[in-house]
Amino acid sequence: MAEESYEPILEISDLSIAYPIAIGTVRAVEGITLTVRKGEVLGIVGESGCGKSTLGLSVLKLMKPPGRITSGSIRYKGVDILGMDEASLLDLRGRNIAMIFQNPLTSLDPLVTVEEHFIEAIQVHESDVSRKDCVARAASILGDLGIETRRLSEYPYQLSGGMRQRIMIGLALILHPDLILADEPTTALDVIVEAGFTELLMKLKRQYNLTVVLISHNLGLVAEMADRIAVMYGGRIAELASVQDIFAKPLHPYTRGLMDCVPNILLDQKELTAMPGSPPDLVNAAPGCPFAPRCPKVMDVCRGATPILEDMGGGRSVACWLYERKA
Amino acid sequence: MDTTRLGPEPQAAKFSPSAGLAKLLGRFSAAARRYRMEWWILIAGILVISLIVFMTLFPRIFTTFSPLDQNAGAQLAKPSLAHLMGVDNLGRDVGARMVYGARTILGVAIAASLLSALIGIPLGLISGFAGNWLDKVLSLVMDSVYSFPGLILAIAFAAMLGPGVINITLAVSVVYIPTYFRLVRGQTLSIKEELYVEAARAIGARRSVILAKYIFPNVIATVVVVFSLNIADAIMTEAALSYIGLGLPAGIPDWGMDLSMGKKFLPSGVWWMITYPGLMIMMLALGFTMLGEGLSEILNPRLQEY
Amino acid sequence: MRRILNYLVARLLLTIPMLFVLLTLVFVVLRVMPGDPVSAMLGGHAPEKVIQEKKELLGLNKPIGAQYLDYMAQLARFDLGKSMILDEKVWQPIAGKLPATLELTVCGLIICLGIGIPLGVRAARRRRSGHDFGIRLYANVVYCIPVFWMGLMLQMLFGVFLDLFPISGRVGSRVISGEFDKTGFYILDTLMSGRFKSLLDVLYHLVLPAVTLGITLSGVFVRLTRANMLDVLKADFVLAGRARGVPERSVVYKHALKNALIPIVTMLGLQFSALLAGAILTETTFSWPGMGRLLLERIYLRDYPTIQGVVVVYALLVSLISLIVDIVYAVIDPRVKL
Repeated sequence: MAEESYEPILEISDLSIAYPIAIGTVRAVEGITLTVRKGEVLGIVGESGCGKSTLGLSVLKLMKPPGRITSGSIRYKGVDILGMDEASLLDLRGRNIAMIFQNPLTSLDPLVTVEEHFIEAIQVHESDVSRKDCVARAASILGDLGIETRRLSEYPYQLSGGMRQRIMIGLALILHPDLILADEPTTALDVIVEAGFTELLMKLKRQYNLTVVLISHNLGLVAEMADRIAVMYGGRIAELASVQDIFAKPLHPYTRGLMDCVPNILLDQKELTAMPGSPPDLVNAAPGCPFAPRCPKVMDVCRGATPILEDMGGGRSVACWLYERKA
Repeated sequence: MDTTRLGPEPQAAKFSPSAGLAKLLGRFSAAARRYRMEWWILIAGILVISLIVFMTLFPRIFTTFSPLDQNAGAQLAKPSLAHLMGVDNLGRDVGARMVYGARTILGVAIAASLLSALIGIPLGLISGFAGNWLDKVLSLVMDSVYSFPGLILAIAFAAMLGPGVINITLAVSVVYIPTYFRLVRGQTLSIKEELYVEAARAIGARRSVILAKYIFPNVIATVVVVFSLNIADAIMTEAALSYIGLGLPAGIPDWGMDLSMGKKFLPSGVWWMITYPGLMIMMLALGFTMLGEGLSEILNPRLQEY
Repeated sequence: MRRILNYLVARLLLTIPMLFVLLTLVFVVLRVMPGDPVSAMLGGHAPEKVIQEKKELLGLNKPIGAQYLDYMAQLARFDLGKSMILDEKVWQPIAGKLPATLELTVCGLIICLGIGIPLGVRAARRRRSGHDFGIRLYANVVYCIPVFWMGLMLQMLFGVFLDLFPISGRVGSRVISGEFDKTGFYILDTLMSGRFKSLLDVLYHLVLPAVTLGITLSGVFVRLTRANMLDVLKADFVLAGRARGVPERSVVYKHALKNALIPIVTMLGLQFSALLAGAILTETTFSWPGMGRLLLERIYLRDYPTIQGVVVVYALLVSLISLIVDIVYAVIDPRVKL
C-alpha cells in the first residue's frame, strides 16, 4: 500500500512523563514518539494504567501534580508546546486544541447554566464578544448537536448523560479548534448513547475538518472510528499501524493478546481467553521489554534490553525483538 | 436446614481481636517507619499529655509551694527566680496553682468525656441498628441538642446543680452525649448496610451478636479519635464554666477560675496571673487535639493524595 | 418566588419539632433538676411557710405535667413571664441586650469567615507546602485557645500595654446615649443618624471583642474550606475548565470556591451556635452588655424566670438561624428541588 503524503499536526518526540511520589517515581510514559496526521482519527489503545490518559493530558500540560514531563517535546504545527509561556498555553487550550473527558456528569460545573459555560469558553479567548453573541453561537452549535436551544438556560443536573456529553463536544468545538483529544469519551455512557455519540463525532469531524485523537480501552469503539491505532503498554508504544492492519494481522504479541481477549461471536468459544500475569510495575520497572513477563513469545534478549519502535514500512511500526532487524 | 456444616461465619476471622490488634500495630509501625508528619504530631501530643499527667501525679517535683498557701510570697509580685510565674493577689504562688490545677481540669474533662461516651455510644448503636420510630425520636432529640450552643446548656445545668466537682462533670458531659450518639449512629447505619452483615443475618446470627462482633469493632477506631478530641473540647468547656464562676468551690485550684481572678488586675499591668493559666489550658487542649489528629491519620489514613 | 415561599413553609414545619424539643429541654433542666429555686432565692433560712407561699404563687407546687403545660401555653402566647427578683417583665432586659449580642456575634462571624475562607483556599491551592502546614497548624492551635484567654491577651496587648483600643463596653463615656435607641444595633443607629464620630467610637469598641471571637473560631472554617476545596479541585469540571483555557484564578475562585462554599453554608448554623457560646465568654471579658452577661447576672441573682427566658430566646434564635441557613442553601444551590 503506497504511503500517501500527510501533514503532521501534532508531533510528540521522545516524551517521558514521571510522577514522583512517596514510594518512588512512577514512570507513566517512557520515550514516546508519535505523529498525529492532519485529518485522521488516531486511536490510542491500552489497558488501565498504560499511560494513555497521561499522554493525552500532557499535550495541553494538564497533568495532575506532581506529574512532570521529564524529557522530550510536543510540537503543534511546528510550535513547541512545552516551552510556551502561560498566556500562549491558555490560548492554545480550547482554541487550537480541545479536550473532551470521560465523565459527562461531573465535567460540567453544577452551579453554572449551559449558556454560561459557553459564554465563558468564548470570552476567555475572545473577550470582546458580547454575551448575546456568545449565546447565539452556542445556540447554533447546539443545532448541530441535536439539542434544543431551551436547554441553554438549564443546569447540568437537568440534562441526561448523553446530552451532557454532547454539550461537552459543543464546548470543545465552539472556537473551531483543529485537534480534538477525546479521553475515554464513551466509557461512562451506555451502548446506545455511545453509538449516537460515535455517529455525531464522525459527522462533526467531517463538518468542521477535525483531527481526532481517541484514547480508549474499548477496542470496538476504536475499530469503528479510527484510521490508525497506537497500542500502548507499560508507558510505551507497542505497535502503530492502520486500523485494518492491526486487526487483520497484529504483529506485537500484546496486540495479538488483546484481540484474543475479545470474545468472537462467530467462533465456538468455550472459555474466555485472558492474558496471564498483571500490569507492569511502573515504579521499579524491570529492564527490558515491559511485556516480557507475560509474553508468550518471550526470548532472552527481551528481558535484557528494551526494544525500540521500528518502522516496518507500509505505515507500520512495532517495538518488539521478534521483528527487530538490528538484533 | 442443617447449619452446622456451613463452617465459621464468613467475615468473622477478619474481625477477631487478635487480627484487629495486629492490623493496628502494623499501621503504627508503618507510620513510624516513614516518620510521616502524622507520627510526629502523635508523638508531640503524647509527650505533652504525659508531661501534664506526670504533673498531676507528682506535683512536688515541679513545685515546692502549695497552691493554697497565701503566704507563699508578696502579693502580686512579678515573676522572679523565687516564683517563676509570679504571685497572685492572695499571695499564692502562681506556678503551684498551675501544677495543682492540672488535676482538676484533667479529671473533670476525662470523667465527663467517659460519661458522655458511656451514654452516647450505646444509644447511638441501638438507634442506628433499630432504625424505627425509636431512631427517629432519638435522632430528633440529639440533633436538636447538638445544634444548640453547648456552653449554654452546660451553664444551665451547672447553674441548676450548683457548684461541686461532680456537678460540673455532669454539666460538661451532657454537652457531648449527642456527639457520640451521632458519630456511632452514622457508622452503625453504614456498616449495617454492608454485605457481610447481611450475610451474618442470613445465617441466623442474633442481633446482639451482630452488634458486638461486626459493628462495634469497626466503630471503635473512629470513637477513639473522637474521644481524644472530645477531651480537648471538654477541657475548654470546664475552663469556661469556672471562668464564669459556675465551677468549683474556691478551695480547689482551677485554671479557669484563676483567669477570672487575674482579669481584675490586668488594667494595672499584672500580666502573669492571666498569661500562665491560659497557656496551660491551651497546651493541654492542644496535646489532646494532636493526639486525636495523629491517631486519626494513622488509623484511618486518607487515600494518599498525589 | 412562590416556590421559595412553599419551601419556607415546609422548612418552618420541620423547624417546629426541633424548637419543641429544645423548649422541653429547657423546661427539664430548669424545673426538674434537683435544687430548690425558691429557698435558694429567699436565702437558706427562710421559714417554711414563706417558702410554700412563694412556691404557690409561682405555680411550682403543681404536678410537673401541669407545670409543663402552663409553660408551653405561656410561650405560645409569646409571654416570657415576670422577673422573680426585679420588678420588670422578662422580655424587657432581653430586648435591650439581644441587639448587643447579635451585633457582636455577626461581626465576629464576618471576621471569622474573612480569615478562615481565604486561608483555607490558600492551603488547598498549595497543598503539602510550607504554607499548607503552617495554615493547618494555625487552625489547630487557634481552636485550642480559650476565647476568654484570647480576649484577655488582646486586652493586655492592645488595651493595656499599647493602649490602642478600648477594653470594655460598647461606647465610650463621652458619647451621648440618646442616639442609640432606634434599633439597638449601634452600627445601624449611628449610620442612620449620620453621627460618624459616634460610629467610629462604636466600631472602636467592637474591634477587640469581634476579633477575639473571629480569630478563635476561624480555625474551623480554615479546615472546612481547605477540605472542601481539595475535594472540588479534584473534580472533573475543574480539569475540563482548565482544558478550555480558563485561567487558574477563575477556575479556583469562580468555579471551585463557589462549589466548595455550599457545604460550608450548611455548617453555618452550627458555627453560629458556637459563636453565640463564644460571645457569652467574650461579653464577660469585655463587659459587653449582651444576653450572655444578662444570663450570668440573673443566675447569680437566682432570677429563674429571666434565666429561663434568656435560654428560651437562645433556643428561638438557634432555630431561626437554622431555618435561614436552609433557605439560603436552597436559593444558592440550583440542584435543590424547590
